[in-house]
Amino acid sequence: MKFELQYKRYSESAILIEWPSEVNEDILNDLLSYKKYLEKNGTKLIVEIVPAYNSLLICYKITIEDVYSEISTLKSNYFTDFEQVDTKKRRWEIPVCYDTALAPDLETFSSKKSLTVDEVISLHSTPIYTIYFIGFLPGFLYLGGLHKKLHLSRKETPSLKVKKGSVAIGGNQTGIYPSDSPGGWHVIGMCPLDFFDPTLEKPCVFEPGDFIKFRPIDNLEYNAISSKVTQNKYQLQPVVL
Amino acid sequence: MMGKVTIVKPGFFATVQDKGRFGFSKYGVPRSGAMDQFSFAMANLLLDNEENDACIEFAFQGLVLKFSEDTLIIITGAYVTIFLNGIKQEMYRRIKILKNDVLEFNYDKKGMYTYIGIKGGFLTPVVLNSRSFYTSITSDSVLKKGAELPYMKNESTNDQFSSISKPLLLDNSNSIEVYTGPEYSLLSQEQKSTLLSLDFTISNTISRMAIQLEEKLSNNLPSMLTSPVLPGTIQLTPSGNLIILMRDCQTTGGYPRVLQVSEISMNTIAQKKVGEKIQFKLLGE
Repeated sequence: MKFELQYKRYSESAILIEWPSEVNEDILNDLLSYKKYLEKNGTKLIVEIVPAYNSLLICYKITIEDVYSEISTLKSNYFTDFEQVDTKKRRWEIPVCYDTALAPDLETFSSKKSLTVDEVISLHSTPIYTIYFIGFLPGFLYLGGLHKKLHLSRKETPSLKVKKGSVAIGGNQTGIYPSDSPGGWHVIGMCPLDFFDPTLEKPCVFEPGDFIKFRPIDNLEYNAISSKVTQNKYQLQPVVL
Repeated sequence: MMGKVTIVKPGFFATVQDKGRFGFSKYGVPRSGAMDQFSFAMANLLLDNEENDACIEFAFQGLVLKFSEDTLIIITGAYVTIFLNGIKQEMYRRIKILKNDVLEFNYDKKGMYTYIGIKGGFLTPVVLNSRSFYTSITSDSVLKKGAELPYMKNESTNDQFSSISKPLLLDNSNSIEVYTGPEYSLLSQEQKSTLLSLDFTISNTISRMAIQLEEKLSNNLPSMLTSPVLPGTIQLTPSGNLIILMRDCQTTGGYPRVLQVSEISMNTIAQKKVGEKIQFKLLGE
């Protein structure tokens, strides 16, 4: 399936390509397939391609001399019959402890949504979420698929420090803080895993297009996984679908 | 043989920077790198260094350094008076350093970021292809008291002092070159003309991540999906604030991107202080 794309010069050395302004998996798959094709077959002057929901930012090593001719190359690349990436998907199971001792906002969040804590946990841990892209902080996954009943606008005053591992909800999105950071989302759980390791060549194991599912764990298991992670003994393996 | 620079006093926001961290934006890693890439490049050029050799970047004054071995250094960027063991030295000129020398600075009220280049560069750890400091990437996010930065000892007695006259180097211009951003076309004629004619003031909300401007622009643009951003992207927030993203900015953002600062003007704007005025000059389509 091909979309009507918009091509815009972004800076001296970057071109932005935009898909229709929607969050959906057809767009995601097309965008990732095109990205993969460009990484393999595009000009060697492309140093990096940054994806988001409905856009790719193509970054070049040097100033683009002729933007129009570069855009027409990109357009013809898009209309080549490139391979689709949506065939082999991976699903990661992410352990989350929804204990109120670790989740400072879980109770207030539940009462604001007129749900019990157990209902919130179930609504949050049942869906399969899609990873759309990584942004905001190193290793922060933008996920699609949060249940409508859990949408809640961000806090009016952001917290100065949201702890690393916090599983949180902001607006219609849910995510996991990969490091300590200020943030305005409601923290409803805690994940013991590392989402970003700068000492690795591939610092984040997750990729756009992967799926994740949250698995509720108790305090005991949280501590057990936590200490394994600290000792580098915890291996997270995806299920290949 | 390795020498080390000890941070005797950390001063204000001193970090190690190189050209930046490229190729990891897809993991959400900021590019970082020297705020004023021109002054940074000049430091390495005047020392005959490699172009990506790491320098110390710092703002204003208070930084005191002690060297354990001989080397050559150079100071570029925001104007400072340099004292080597209490004796005045010049900017943009190679300075011979001997074992146990102490270096101090007085800020000269012009510009924001000063660079200390050293022969062969500061050899702090390379993380994801760069030595540039950034929280959660490098172990330090700023230089702390007592920190030790390794460098290669260099005994050359350098009499061929290369130097450049200062006034050529820090761009005094208030004119900032910009391209239209992806959401520029959504602005009304009135918003566009305000954006391109008003004198904007640098507010006191400035950091390596972003510079906020004091004047607001009325904003009735629809909300948009989070999309990639780059250093130099000027965002318009729902409350009408204009935010210029700088080197340590996030990789994606959800505010309309109205303008994009040219790579050269990024260096000019990095050196602007609180209260200084700028105007945007649109470059040809």
